[in-house]
Amino acid sequence: MNRFLAFLQKEFHHIFRDPRTLVILFGIPIAQLLLFGFVLTNEVRNVKIGVVDHSKDYLSIRMTQRLLSSGFFQLAATPSSESEYEGLFRSGKVKEIIVFEPDFGRRIMKEGKAGIQLIADASEPNAAQLIVNYTTAIANGFVKDEFGQNQKLPGVDIKVRMLFNEDMRDAYNFIPGLIAVILMLISAMMTAITITREKETGTMEILLASPLKPIQIILGKVVPYMILSIVNALVVLLLGYFVFEVPVVGSLALLLGEILLFIFLALSLGILISTFVDNQVTALAMSGFVLMLPSILLSGFIFPVKNMPVPLQILSNVIPPRWFIEINRTVMLKGGGLGAIWPNTLILLGMSVLFIFISIRKFKIRLQ
Amino acid sequence: MRTLFYILQKEFIQIFRNKSMLPIIFVMPLVQMLVLVFAATNELRQVDLAIVDFDHSVSSREMVAGIKGNPFFKVRQNPENTTDAENLLIGNKIDLALVIPRYFDKDLKTNKHADVQVLVDAVNGNAAQLSLGYLSTVIGSYSASVLNSGVKPVFRPMKTVDIKPTYWFNPELNYKYYMAPGILVVLITVVGMLLGGMNLVREKELGTIEQINVTPLKKWQFIAGKLLPFLVIGLFDLGFGLLVARLAFNIPIRGSLLLLFSLASIYLVLVLSWGLFISTISDTQQQATFVAFFSLIVFIMMSGLFTPVESMPDWAQKLDFINPLYYFVKIMRSVLLKGSNFADIFNEFAALSVFAASLFGLAIFRYRKTS
Amino acid sequence: MITSEPVITVKNMVKKFGNFVANDNLNFEVYKGEIFGFIGANGAGKTTAIRILCGLSTPTSGVMKVAGYDIYRQTEKIKQNIGYMSQKFSLYEDLTIYENIRFYGGIYGMNMAERKARTAEMLERLELTEYENRKIGDLPLGWKQKLAFSIAILHNPKIVFLDEPTGGVDPITRRQFWNLIYEAVEKGITVFVTTHYMDEAEYCDRVSIMADGKIVALDTPQKLKEQYNASNMDEVFLKIAR
Repeated sequence: MNRFLAFLQKEFHHIFRDPRTLVILFGIPIAQLLLFGFVLTNEVRNVKIGVVDHSKDYLSIRMTQRLLSSGFFQLAATPSSESEYEGLFRSGKVKEIIVFEPDFGRRIMKEGKAGIQLIADASEPNAAQLIVNYTTAIANGFVKDEFGQNQKLPGVDIKVRMLFNEDMRDAYNFIPGLIAVILMLISAMMTAITITREKETGTMEILLASPLKPIQIILGKVVPYMILSIVNALVVLLLGYFVFEVPVVGSLALLLGEILLFIFLALSLGILISTFVDNQVTALAMSGFVLMLPSILLSGFIFPVKNMPVPLQILSNVIPPRWFIEINRTVMLKGGGLGAIWPNTLILLGMSVLFIFISIRKFKIRLQ
Repeated sequence: MRTLFYILQKEFIQIFRNKSMLPIIFVMPLVQMLVLVFAATNELRQVDLAIVDFDHSVSSREMVAGIKGNPFFKVRQNPENTTDAENLLIGNKIDLALVIPRYFDKDLKTNKHADVQVLVDAVNGNAAQLSLGYLSTVIGSYSASVLNSGVKPVFRPMKTVDIKPTYWFNPELNYKYYMAPGILVVLITVVGMLLGGMNLVREKELGTIEQINVTPLKKWQFIAGKLLPFLVIGLFDLGFGLLVARLAFNIPIRGSLLLLFSLASIYLVLVLSWGLFISTISDTQQQATFVAFFSLIVFIMMSGLFTPVESMPDWAQKLDFINPLYYFVKIMRSVLLKGSNFADIFNEFAALSVFAASLFGLAIFRYRKTS
Repeated sequence: MITSEPVITVKNMVKKFGNFVANDNLNFEVYKGEIFGFIGANGAGKTTAIRILCGLSTPTSGVMKVAGYDIYRQTEKIKQNIGYMSQKFSLYEDLTIYENIRFYGGIYGMNMAERKARTAEMLERLELTEYENRKIGDLPLGWKQKLAFSIAILHNPKIVFLDEPTGGVDPITRRQFWNLIYEAVEKGITVFVTTHYMDEAEYCDRVSIMADGKIVALDTPQKLKEQYNASNMDEVFLKIAR
């Protein structure tokens, strides 16, 4: 046991001595948290627009003011002819052009209806749709306020309840996913690289010749990353709670249990990779392409799995974070219990057992 | 100049002798185009919902039939009460639940007005809004058909604006047109940074650089020799990726390809110099990849690849001033989708050129033949 | 062909890494046409000194000239006139013998005819002509070392620096290697070699013995043996080191 502790101490020492490793261990999680928390958002704000007012009457001018004072839009151009539109879009000076038809105010007063044309730059389709929706909502709101039309509209009215994330904040969506991505990075990728490094530099042979048992060696490599993973997961949870106000609605004990299970899985995946590759560069490439990319893009972290074509949806089933992110969101945001997530839990357990089983077999073959 | 020829000759031999290089050069564009572009989409394919019908009337059934007739919607279950519907939401079985109250039919016929309730899983706000939008459209058209068939409403005619949106450059709002040019940027960035940039630190680790450093070889010749082969490979991959995008999802190519490839060359010089610079300040491949990996993640996320730059906070927008990916993502989308010409993207061109020249200089300066 | 014309002059060479003094005030001259040996235990500062003279490392202080050029200001001129073989094998293992020669010949600006003639002569001498299209990584260590030396003198430098060139090589190959060195000297190349094999010290015209970053003795092997009353260099070294 003493021997093992000494070995463990050495491993910790290795990690904390190299500043670049520390950057990866703590810099990436924090940078990702900040990026996803503050930077990656689809909110409409400061959208540069062009306004073409063929009418220039009281109503069109007031409506333009309302649009510009909303905080969503910024006036960037007032083209005088249609031929200028394309140039404005091509150089990226505006994202939307709003065209008021001639006699806008008069027609709305006399005929009850007047036209606005919206031209949006759909090279960013998502943004274009949102921009058009916002413009429409503001224009409609303006007319309602201006003419005091607040009575019930005829027809079916939809009363919406946004469950689990009333204000539709992006942080609710990404914090549970980010935990999965960070754990993949630290537990799986770093473990794979560390063990591979020992193999590549030949120190693994020396360790295997020492009185330490193989299992102790692997544990010694893995335990520091396990502890760091737990710390990182807690940091993300706490920052999520205090900075981004993402709550844990369900059972904290259940959540922590599932996090431990996923760390166990990620570590066994890291060990598995290290039994397959012989040099660090391959380990890095494997980690990048086999772990990180799918963990970010095929897991439902940013883009919902349901939106993908069927072959990719099938592929996503073998990606562990896909199941774990669902667990996290369910427990953290929806307050779901084991009843809602037991299939996911079983899948994660099964995957871990499988990874460990293959690793042990590969390891034994190598030793023989 | 003859010296440079010998260096290039040697670099090309080494690149193509490396067995893993050719698969990477050909497979990476294919995987990135076909997997990433298809995976990275916010377009809804299907909305799963549950309908709780407390009314069981002709009207409610008609409305439900309208929803079922829409290929987007898949009615998973018809629970008896709202609690069951909420549990389905918690268990991730459905995206939204429609609750039709009692007297829906009666209200609609007598008052010309009725309420329905929709419970939305809003964890992913973007998806929630989109699926709600689709449901509103379907219910709205049902509502309109009811009103038109019945007696005209007694309301005072309302003032309305008739808003006609037109979507330029991408009228069908095809999300792949948006992602593919961005992913192409990621593709050539990764080629330049990880294959090209890391090449120098490999020579350091192997020790072969020592033998180079005692020769009268000029610093710029060595750096240029490391840079040019991967410039060629990067441009090749851009062309290959573009071809895949063209064949797989018919991405438009409105602008000049010559302009695109010229700017891509400048961009590649920039990325390669940046990678080489990282190489010069690292001792091992592992250190260099860590630093490269880290800077790549930050720059990619901030580039506007996934979300509009205007939506980012001001500090992030200011930071994007020094983000090469920001400029090049913009250039790719503008030239391919909008047909922008040189004058349209002159500012981006200027920024990239300045960065490329300075980073190239910095890489040469930081590469020390003498330690 | 030893002359008294110095091709390397070193005055008060000091190299510090932080508080550690790797080279502590070295003074010596190397004459044109001689084999000058640097002898010492591992960590005595031999490699540091050789790297400074090759322009791979900058000294902390001192005045040094190599091939008549100043070590601070004319580094690139020096590099045109020297060859270097490092402790760690550093030819490209994924290139063939021929490709390595072509590359280094190209860098040193040799013209095609000259390079071809030198290559043929060299491969014949090493008895490697039929292997010229083998990758260097596939060759045995002894061959690699001889090849590395031959490539280091391919461009006919004035001086060649060899940093422990025979490390890990069997005695027969070592003997062959030294024959190559003698042939180079006959062509007028000055040889600066570091080693910790004391028998190799006997092959040098003059040796300087280093310990803890200082030169503790410098003379011909014969004179050193007389001075320390020893029968071979091994004894000399042990006596000095103690």
